[in-house]
Amino acid sequence: MSYQQARWAEPLIFELSKPGRVGWTLPEKPRERINVPKELLREKLELPELSEPEVVRHYTRLSQMNYSVDSGFYPLGSCTMKYNPKVCEELAALEAASYIHPHQAEETVQGALELIYRLERCLAEIAGVARVSLQPSAGAHGEFVAMLVTRAYHKSKRDDKRNQVIVPDSAHGTNPASAAMAGYEVVTVPSNARGRVDLNALKATVSERTAALMLTNPNTLGLFEDQIIDIAGVVHDAGGLLFYDGANLNGILGKTRPGDMGFDIVHFNLHKTFATPHGGGGPGAGPVGVQRELEKFLPVPLVEYDKKKGRYYFDYDRPHSIGKIKGFYGNFGVLVKAYAYLLLMGGEGLSEVTEAAVLNANYIMRKLLGVEGYELKFDASGPCKHEVVFSAEPLKRMTGIGAHFVAKRLLDFGTHAPTYYFPPIVPEALMIEPTESESKEELDRFVDALRTIFEEARSDPDKVYSAPTATAIGRLDEVKASRQPILSWRAYRELAKE
Amino acid sequence: MKKLGLIVNPIAGMGGRVGLKGTDGADTVAKALELGAEPVSPARAVETLQGLKRVGVEFELITYPAEMGATEASEAGLKARVIGHITSGKTTAGDTKRAAGEMLGQGVDLILIAGGDGTMSDVIEAIGTQVPILGIPTGVKMHSATFANTPQTAGEVAARFLREGLPLLEAEVMDINEEAYRENRLVAKLKGYARVPYEPVMMQATKEGSTGYELADQKAIARWVVELMERGHIYALGPGTTTRAVAEELGIYDSTLLGVDLIENYKLLARDTNEQQILEVIGKKPMTITVSPIGRQGFILGRGNQQLSPVIIKRVGKGNVWVLATPHKLRATPTLKVDTDDAELDREFRGYIRVITGYRQTCMVKVV
Repeated sequence: MSYQQARWAEPLIFELSKPGRVGWTLPEKPRERINVPKELLREKLELPELSEPEVVRHYTRLSQMNYSVDSGFYPLGSCTMKYNPKVCEELAALEAASYIHPHQAEETVQGALELIYRLERCLAEIAGVARVSLQPSAGAHGEFVAMLVTRAYHKSKRDDKRNQVIVPDSAHGTNPASAAMAGYEVVTVPSNARGRVDLNALKATVSERTAALMLTNPNTLGLFEDQIIDIAGVVHDAGGLLFYDGANLNGILGKTRPGDMGFDIVHFNLHKTFATPHGGGGPGAGPVGVQRELEKFLPVPLVEYDKKKGRYYFDYDRPHSIGKIKGFYGNFGVLVKAYAYLLLMGGEGLSEVTEAAVLNANYIMRKLLGVEGYELKFDASGPCKHEVVFSAEPLKRMTGIGAHFVAKRLLDFGTHAPTYYFPPIVPEALMIEPTESESKEELDRFVDALRTIFEEARSDPDKVYSAPTATAIGRLDEVKASRQPILSWRAYRELAKE
Repeated sequence: MKKLGLIVNPIAGMGGRVGLKGTDGADTVAKALELGAEPVSPARAVETLQGLKRVGVEFELITYPAEMGATEASEAGLKARVIGHITSGKTTAGDTKRAAGEMLGQGVDLILIAGGDGTMSDVIEAIGTQVPILGIPTGVKMHSATFANTPQTAGEVAARFLREGLPLLEAEVMDINEEAYRENRLVAKLKGYARVPYEPVMMQATKEGSTGYELADQKAIARWVVELMERGHIYALGPGTTTRAVAEELGIYDSTLLGVDLIENYKLLARDTNEQQILEVIGKKPMTITVSPIGRQGFILGRGNQQLSPVIIKRVGKGNVWVLATPHKLRATPTLKVDTDDAELDREFRGYIRVITGYRQTCMVKVV
């Protein structure tokens, strides 16, 4: 089956503009006089002028040249690009959820508060923690909040020497960034030959300066940190806290819980694990859960239930809290989708999600181990969890074609590429996360595509070098794109002038 | 159109297979031939050129006659302008130096050099850092940081350099004394620096806390080291560009690249010091040594910084040796080594050491 993405010669919307063309007519005069500061007033708006069908067609065409989970397989490792049930979208779009305003009085939004209250209980149960704040608006924001909680905890113990946060070398880049942003020094610990945290290195790292260890489990190689109890012991004995990065929660749902592994703080990516489409810059939600001892540091407000009055309410009376970390109370729409998804799946359903996600990843791992050109750099003996990181180094050695070209060529097969060149501890990395959404046929097609690319690399390398050709746009100049990004019409126009 | 120079040292690498640990000097070459050594350098150079050709980038190739480049170019199916004269079959180090000098005169943008450490030393002796170079690894000893990992990657990096330009970095040129090496002694010398194109392994480097730009990372390290510095304390800056960045962060622009400089109260106290000079100040004030791994082998002590003798290191103490390395450099040298000429001291350094990799960033690295 050959693949061809839609390819429209679609101009920018500004280039489609015809003076005087109208899509919507606004009232002649505003009903209310608003005092806009003079310096913010503009004489010319320079908005594009088009009819409604022109606008609809323009964006429909652009969307056809896009690629998403709804259009095909998306094994982008560590991103959990799983299918998001449409019913969750429908529920989030209900007027009761989308037409309420955060400034409304509490008694008029009891349903919304109840949803927040119940979702918090569900997440606490899933992660094995005491309380959860649903406010953080994304994964990295959640990590940052966790670091602020860590700081508040050590400060409450009058322990101001702890200025280091330990991060494994396989960690997501946001971990060191979040720790640094919270004012910590970042210490990287290496992985061992099994692709897990090197316990001896960790022992050599912890000290009276250790504030916390940030860990993802299963880790970024898709491997379960099977020494987690020892790891937790080493960090706790040194007086540090354990932070669980929830990026890979899809690999353990209903099977084990961060709290049971010894983690003190946990963050979730609702937009990864619990049914919000993501990858487009938001909105997301990165709730943070903590054990009992850290509960008092969570951001304000938390939602509580007053049994006597039978009312839900925002509790701002939390003197030890790190304070407010977001306007209002998080991205409510994402919370609705997550709650809908949890009710849809139920406890057993969530366990099945993980079983299918892990089974799919292992199916790909075993099948791809039989394909020449790709190999595993770390532990290949046991099963992987929700994802597997292959190395295209043998292919590169044989043909000069590395992971980068494999990823580009895969697009011609109508599949999104895996994450490549990450984690950096695997040379020529291809990080594959199939998720639970895919059928066996889809997984077979993917492995077949990788086998075909290996054969092409040997017999017809130019085909691989010139890929992708079946997509809307071919080889982009990625270096130029990142060095000289043009992200607005104004910047584009100025460049054209030069 | 960009101009690419090509110098092949045809005899490089011949001593390797026959166990001579190098091919420096006419006598060794004769001995290698006697032992039945076959040339390896030309075939590897052809691999690089074929890779370069496949990418389809346009450039003018300028090279030396016969086996010093012309033969390899035609074997790879590339047209080349041939300059200079040699006696085929009897090429010498002098030919390499002359070729480098003449290519500098031709205004080439980059010279590809197929050879080993000896060839690199000859080239920088002739042209220093005036022209960027890139090593195709074909020698026996390759301790210099100027080499691509494989002949293929040399082709890829050269292609990217010609097509879109790449930032240039100063990289160590090392050579070891072959005579000593044959007697199982490793005496490495930092011969100097060359400018090489820097390929930041795509953009992914950003994910591990590196900015992906070597110079920015060096500056980040320097910024933090300067913040950590205390008054009344002496800092010995070992050789290398990362430690030089520390000096520059302090506004010191005449520090030595190959030597050990002493800093006190944010000012240069002594330049290019020897062991004796360091020992003289060490008793008077507390001292910290900052070093950076040298070349591709990851030596932090005992290579290129022998002035920092075992006596000095012992008096300073392991805890006061700061190791600085950019994430990019650490990736090339996943484990570090020490060879201080004092087995007990070496043992003390084994295990894990904290390496400063950025601003308020460190990494635990194994010393083996």
